[in-house]
Amino acid sequence: MSNAQIEIQLIAILVAIACALPGTFLVLRKMALITDAISHSILPGIVVGFFITQDLSSPLLIFLAALTGVLTVVLVEFIQKTGLVKEDTAIGLVFPALFSIGVIMIAKNANDVHLDIDAVLLGELAFAPFDRFIYNDLDLGPKSLWVIGIILLVTITLLITFFKELKLSTFDAGLAAALGLSPVVLHYGLMTVASITTVGAFDAVGAILVIALMIAPAATAYLLTNDLKKMLLLAATFGVVCALSGYWIAHWLDISISGAMTTTLGILFLLVYLFAKNKGLFSVLYRQKRQRLEVSLLTFLLHLQNHKDDATERHVKHLNEHINWQKVQSKSVLRLALQNNMIQINNDIISLTEKGEHFAEEAINYIMTNKNAEIENMKNRFFLFRG
Amino acid sequence: MKENNIAIKIDDLTVAYNYKPVLWDIDLAIPEGVLMAIVGPNGAGKSTLIKSILDIIKPIAGSVKIYGKPYRKQRHLVAYVPQKGSVDWDFPTTALDVVMMGTYGSLGWIKRPGLKEKKAALEALEKVGMLGFQTRQISQLSGGQQQRIFLARALVQNASIYFMDEPFQGVDATTEKAIINILKELRKAGKTVVVVHHDLQTVPEYFDWVTFLNVKKIATGPVKDIFNDNNLTKTYGINYKVSIQQ
Repeated sequence: MSNAQIEIQLIAILVAIACALPGTFLVLRKMALITDAISHSILPGIVVGFFITQDLSSPLLIFLAALTGVLTVVLVEFIQKTGLVKEDTAIGLVFPALFSIGVIMIAKNANDVHLDIDAVLLGELAFAPFDRFIYNDLDLGPKSLWVIGIILLVTITLLITFFKELKLSTFDAGLAAALGLSPVVLHYGLMTVASITTVGAFDAVGAILVIALMIAPAATAYLLTNDLKKMLLLAATFGVVCALSGYWIAHWLDISISGAMTTTLGILFLLVYLFAKNKGLFSVLYRQKRQRLEVSLLTFLLHLQNHKDDATERHVKHLNEHINWQKVQSKSVLRLALQNNMIQINNDIISLTEKGEHFAEEAINYIMTNKNAEIENMKNRFFLFRG
Repeated sequence: MKENNIAIKIDDLTVAYNYKPVLWDIDLAIPEGVLMAIVGPNGAGKSTLIKSILDIIKPIAGSVKIYGKPYRKQRHLVAYVPQKGSVDWDFPTTALDVVMMGTYGSLGWIKRPGLKEKKAALEALEKVGMLGFQTRQISQLSGGQQQRIFLARALVQNASIYFMDEPFQGVDATTEKAIINILKELRKAGKTVVVVHHDLQTVPEYFDWVTFLNVKKIATGPVKDIFNDNNLTKTYGINYKVSIQQ
């Protein structure tokens, strides 16, 4: 690996972490769309900053961009508060307006300067190592490494300091307000951090794809854990893994780095969405199938219990017509009941065992009283009674 | 009951959303030590009243005093149970963690909850009969259990005044009984409890004080004196007959 390659990967890692941390809170606050808006509407801030400083990584440019980001949020909320349109419409009104101002400014004034619309929108990580931070003839590494490094450091410091406040105001803004832990301040704080990070992530993925780095790792982590701290760690890890693998895929296939990173993020999310242990699609489908089978089992047991004294109702052959099930279903229910020693079959007449009788009683009791205590141990064996 | 001691005093409170008044010129004095229901039809401003007392919504006129001082100075005296539906129960956190959030107010900014807060949270969980569920992810709790968790979170605040927004909504009968018993215990301990309530049938059984609200205040006072057909009709606008009255 060359020096430049190491530097590029280092930048990618820092960008991924810096995006994943605020992204986690944005996902939990159901604000993914506002990130998209911010990532577009900071463009005029960047352009103005660039005209003044002629430097894509100057602090003034980052400050102006963050200001436009927060302005977006303020405008969206203002329009929303008029009650004339809903939030999504307000977002759809605000960010194209700001974004188009940026586009016009570039087209009008920046044709001869080197602010390329593609670079702004899509980013070009491969060029990042060329823009060096030189102090007293001393080469201190790529500028964007410093920029994103400082942003990440500030983000982590804020996150650790205000973790409790962020958690509460995200989960229950009403209580946060009542307790005096001003959710409004935290809201705008988070928006400011998200805006600044978006600018910082610029060199790596550009203004548009940064939303993938913010949202995808957090959304993936959300499917895997029930713990906020773990979710933050997982999101950061996923971001880093995808950023690095995206970089190498781009390297080998000779394609755009930001495109490869984003695609990797998408694929990772898809895999987790399909295979996650509890919330994954396959696991949900399997659980639903189990539940259907268990409801059938219960229906079957109750039928047997109801007709304790009437052997014809409990004849194997009559079951199909009486409960009106398909053959396959009847068979699997019968097998499940037998496996669990809940029924016995004598001369084709089915009857409940003691255990089956007990189970049916217990289950019907639970359904009628909705008491939890007695059912706790049944829950371990059956999906049916889980929330 | 020390009726002379006023816990909450509201004067000329008007709240508006987009210039449309939701609460109009409310005067209300809630005595210390009562268990009070706020009743009224949908859109009467019941939740809004609680939220403006708690400084969550800014009124356009009027003042609220908690024991003679503005709410901002008296936060530590007040606990709040929002509507269960106001939060996302899929949030990645556990029952114990939600209860611990009740301690965040006394901790203030930046300071983190420690062993002392954890102990208080476990005690509160025990009081609401939810010990053993502390590590349970909150989406895995039933509606009644979620409401108990919210109640525990308020108990942990160890306040003098409790505000609850529809604590009986969507809970089973057992939980409703458990909650009302805890509220009655709070009153016995001299606390003031204000509850937004929907089920008119249970008002005389659960509460000793009631406020009728429909944008304006219709009536407020002891249940035995003012919970009658006349006030119900005024509040709900239809000819109301409470057959459950004594």
